[in-house]
Amino acid sequence: MSSKVIREDGFFSKVVSFFRKHHLTRKQLCIPYGLFLALFVVFPLLLIVYYAFTDKSGHITIENFTSVFTQKSNFSVIGMSLLIGALNTFFCLLLAYPIAYILANTKFNKNKVLVYIFIMPMWINFVIRTIATKEMLSWIDITSANHPLLATIIGMVYNYLPFAILPLYSTMLKLDKAQIEASSDLGANPVQVFYKTILPMSMPGIVSASLMTFMPTMSSYLIADKLGGGKTTLIGNLIALNFNQANYNVGSVLSLIMLLLIGLSLLLTRNHKEENVRGGLW
Amino acid sequence: MVNNQKAAKRIKQRSLLKKILAKVFVYAILLIMYAPILYLIVYSFTSSSQIGRWEGLSFEPFIRLFASNNRESKQIWQAVYNTVSIALVSGVISTVLGTTGAIGIFYSKKRSKNLLEFLTQIPVVNAEIVIALSLTILFVMVKAQFSYATLVIGHVVLTVPFVVLSVKPKLTQMDPNLYEAALDLGANQTRALFKVVLPEIAPGILSGFMLAVTLSLDDYIITTFTKPRTGFDTISTYIDAVTKKSGLPIQVRALTTIIFAVILIVMVAINIRSSSLVKRRIKKEHEKD
Repeated sequence: MSSKVIREDGFFSKVVSFFRKHHLTRKQLCIPYGLFLALFVVFPLLLIVYYAFTDKSGHITIENFTSVFTQKSNFSVIGMSLLIGALNTFFCLLLAYPIAYILANTKFNKNKVLVYIFIMPMWINFVIRTIATKEMLSWIDITSANHPLLATIIGMVYNYLPFAILPLYSTMLKLDKAQIEASSDLGANPVQVFYKTILPMSMPGIVSASLMTFMPTMSSYLIADKLGGGKTTLIGNLIALNFNQANYNVGSVLSLIMLLLIGLSLLLTRNHKEENVRGGLW
Repeated sequence: MVNNQKAAKRIKQRSLLKKILAKVFVYAILLIMYAPILYLIVYSFTSSSQIGRWEGLSFEPFIRLFASNNRESKQIWQAVYNTVSIALVSGVISTVLGTTGAIGIFYSKKRSKNLLEFLTQIPVVNAEIVIALSLTILFVMVKAQFSYATLVIGHVVLTVPFVVLSVKPKLTQMDPNLYEAALDLGANQTRALFKVVLPEIAPGILSGFMLAVTLSLDDYIITTFTKPRTGFDTISTYIDAVTKKSGLPIQVRALTTIIFAVILIVMVAINIRSSSLVKRRIKKEHEKD
């Protein structure tokens, strides 16, 4: 026991003297993290802005923007991204909402095992899952050749359903049961109970489930590639394409458009409280 | 009286019906969700080169996966090793960086606190492809060779905010008096941090680490952009590259079955442990009474 204390003291005194020598206090513990964010998050984003407004030799230009916005196909890509994003969000919510409601019922789901079973596919590799979905869909004759849009959306729902279930599940756990019971005791029919109590109370979960599915969908170019067979092009596909051709300037303009869409969807949901994103995973 | 009994019976029947419907719905969705994976697993027990064509029960995919002289299998195992090693290395770095960051942010003054919390949100809401492109541009600009290190940086950017976000609630839940008490009882700041704060937030650190590893294992986009340009693959990039040229190698079917089995075992183990912990807690409470 005593030897352990001495050894610890040795280690601690070293740490203490290091902190003293460099006048470190506990709030300065965030310096490495702050530097990391500045270097690898903020600076690269500023670089994207810089690259969007310059040409390959570094001269300032708006040519990248004109080349993106004069091509009609780019607008259909943005339209397709929004359409697939919206449809994916809609179907994920439609399925995840009742699932989360049932899972949050402790009588039905005693020790959270079912929640783990619903998110377990996330631990099998994403690309394997996508290929497996493609193989299974071609078995029931839905292929990229005959139904590219349907195949892409099914693939997206497969991938994002767990992300929609988690935030909804954690809001459903916090639903005020007394309020629901009171409304039905006071004569509300089941439909009114749902619209007047359950739905408003679960709004934070709906908002973050929508954000968790809508925003990443536009960037999931692998699913669109493998399941849509090149017929469903998302903004993500275009950025990846420009990246593969080392065309970083046009890629940067497309990234700015993507950031704008993300910013808009955050702005639209700004007034709603959000459920902690991905919080309930572990 | 009779009417009352009838009504009670009807309510009971209705709630039973509801329960059955809920069960059927949940299990039907689960079945559909698992269908593609089960499809692969079923066909890992036949030798057919094409999924969907059954050629009799055979362990050929497993035999080939473990054959020492098979080039494809060697590539697959190398990819598995790379995936796990990246996940663990980036997970540890993210956990250290994120935990110190969260503690620092928690004790910072309002302005730097707000700034850092805002910056933490950026990688969370940002599209992965934009993170990937922006990092690529950075590495190209400073003429850094794409290597294991750039890949780790990419994964740390992806995962570190989630560590901060898992540790933060534990810090706010912590009793601030504990830290003060430690100081009053003669501990210096560092010692109080290690002996009082760290044990209090340990569950948050652990779940942050697990989340970081999960996200890293599953990642495809950032990996393809920041990985070394030749001769280095994770499971994601290997399968993407292989399926561009031909069908899925039969060994991958066997690998999926193995991954699935490992996850299942880990889940059952965690479940048994947590339920025994709950039982022990209940027992302890009884003993107190």
